[in-house]
Amino acid sequence: MPEVLSKPKTTKKQDSKSNSYDKSIWLQWFEVMYRIRKFEERTLMAYSQQKIRGFCHVYIGQEAIAAGLVTAIRKEDAVVTAYRQHGIALSRGISSRSCMAELFGKETGCVKGKGGSMHFFSAEHRFFGGNGIVGAQIPIGTGIAFAEQYKGTDLLCVTMFGDGAARQGALYESFNMAMNWKLPVIYLVENNGYAMGTSIERTSNVHELYKIGAAFDMPSKPVDAMDPVAVHESLIEAAKYCRQGSGPFFLEMNTYRYRGHSVSDPGNYRSKDELEYYKTLDPVITTESRILTENIANAMEIQSIKDKIHLEIDDAIKFAEESAYPAPEGLYEDNYVQQDYPYIKD
Amino acid sequence: MGRIIALREAIREGMCEEMRRDPNVFLMGEEVALYNGAYKVSKGMLAEFGPNRVVDTPIAELGFAGIGVGAAMNGLRPIIEFMTWNFAVLAFDQIVNNAAKTLTQSAGEFKCPIVFRGPSGSAGQLAQQHSQSFESWLANCPGLKVVSCVDPYDAKGLIKSAIIDDDPVCMMESEMLYGLEGEVPEHEYYVPIGKAAVRTEGTDVTIVSYNKMMEVCKAAVLELAKEGISAELIDLRTIRPLDIDTIVQSVKKTNRLIVVDESWPFASISSEVSYQVQKYAFDYLDAPVTRINTADTSLGYAPTFVQEFLPNPDKVIKAVKSVLYVK
Repeated sequence: MPEVLSKPKTTKKQDSKSNSYDKSIWLQWFEVMYRIRKFEERTLMAYSQQKIRGFCHVYIGQEAIAAGLVTAIRKEDAVVTAYRQHGIALSRGISSRSCMAELFGKETGCVKGKGGSMHFFSAEHRFFGGNGIVGAQIPIGTGIAFAEQYKGTDLLCVTMFGDGAARQGALYESFNMAMNWKLPVIYLVENNGYAMGTSIERTSNVHELYKIGAAFDMPSKPVDAMDPVAVHESLIEAAKYCRQGSGPFFLEMNTYRYRGHSVSDPGNYRSKDELEYYKTLDPVITTESRILTENIANAMEIQSIKDKIHLEIDDAIKFAEESAYPAPEGLYEDNYVQQDYPYIKD
Repeated sequence: MGRIIALREAIREGMCEEMRRDPNVFLMGEEVALYNGAYKVSKGMLAEFGPNRVVDTPIAELGFAGIGVGAAMNGLRPIIEFMTWNFAVLAFDQIVNNAAKTLTQSAGEFKCPIVFRGPSGSAGQLAQQHSQSFESWLANCPGLKVVSCVDPYDAKGLIKSAIIDDDPVCMMESEMLYGLEGEVPEHEYYVPIGKAAVRTEGTDVTIVSYNKMMEVCKAAVLELAKEGISAELIDLRTIRPLDIDTIVQSVKKTNRLIVVDESWPFASISSEVSYQVQKYAFDYLDAPVTRINTADTSLGYAPTFVQEFLPNPDKVIKAVKSVLYVK
């Protein structure tokens, strides 16, 4: 029922022990976040120029989650997420060129122009998509973890979803089986407060999503996900737990998106005060200022990362623009593995 | 004198009129209330009817579709909006196993007067999971009625008929054509479920279509007229029950049939129309029934794929000429 829209919430600050992390890790966090931020800003620009079409959901505001993911899990671990995925794909190592070309619908994109904004995939980077149906990847990620357990590896699957997806039945079915079978899966909910235009307070009686885990006796934690250190540390703990065969772990990443749900959503359901409050927590800005004020690195080092990213994104845009669209006959590729599949063409 | 309104307004007017008439009618779905509808179909309805009758749900299609079924079994008349029919796939258990089966399973003890509605079909570069047409899936299932239209007059009259119908009705709309304008009369009216409409009368060939593809066919018919080819254009409006009489009557006059259908070709609406026409008008056909469907593939994102995938006026004109044996 309509009520006062959500007020700025206080995220739970954890003690970040910055001194215990190397300069290289700090700079890595900053670089990952800055790359995503600049990539997404250019994405919005290209969308407004109609070079990118369809549904497009940017990651601006949520970058600290991608940063923590880079340093906390292994390259061989699997990741699956929903359609707000550009940032996660970049953080898994899919190149800016390949991602931008995909947004432009070009044959040089990471899925040859077939997926667009919502469907990036890369087997090489163990990135399992890119799912456009809310919550569908929750059982899929559980199945990816099932396969790792079946094969006897110590790898895990980070299964990401938004707060909106936490209300889908698929979550409850998956949590139950994952606990029952002790599957190596980290369920990571990116709670940005809104399921499209509906605030979390209006979708359920339970507003603190990590508490859902309690119904399954699943270890569960809230995390201040505007802080890459907190994200990193929570994932380290969860990954260790999963790898030793103890079963799934549930992390509620409390974050915020500065833009609307998609490019066509002005986000009018949020107050200016709320947005302004969250801008003071901007993970890219706060991480940069922390690096500088705590003398982890100097301004020149930060600037050289920024310069590198600017060149990289400029190059990605140029690459995407200059690449060709896929040939129309490509429609008939990749529907079946069988090469001579008899399509109906009359 | 009528008024010119858009498709989204026509559907809204139809829902509002029935909600004013019958307090048991309510609207439920994602973003229907406070956000005024993902595509603004329900704009202003929360203000008029309040939160008990225009109900926002969490993203939980299976759950709220089932809540609709239960409410319908218990005396209410729910309108369940899906943001798109692509998301309704999660709810197919409730639509197919319950809404469609309640009457038969209970031997008439319980009926299920419910409307499931939302946009179906492609809508630009939305890629594989957001570009599917579900008319043929739903029409395959006994127990359901399926309406699919974009003309504002039809949409308003059909949503009203759907709401007062005692059987479950699936209403298929179009994301791309919610802004399509058309004339509706000032007075109240209903469009009956199960009746096709002859949009253009003609003598040389019959073209049957529905929903967004009607716009493609209208463009083709205009082009064909310039070349002296007189096409009769039929808008199915209702998919199930299929108004085969109107089609057969037309084919008996034109002796040729093209079906333009935004379904995948296998077991599609065009398959069913073709079967029935060869059965009931075999001796009248001067050429094979020919169909234009979407490609027999999933739809990728790039614009080149969209162009290749969809029926278009050129494809329709080519098909018409082929059944007329003209170059």
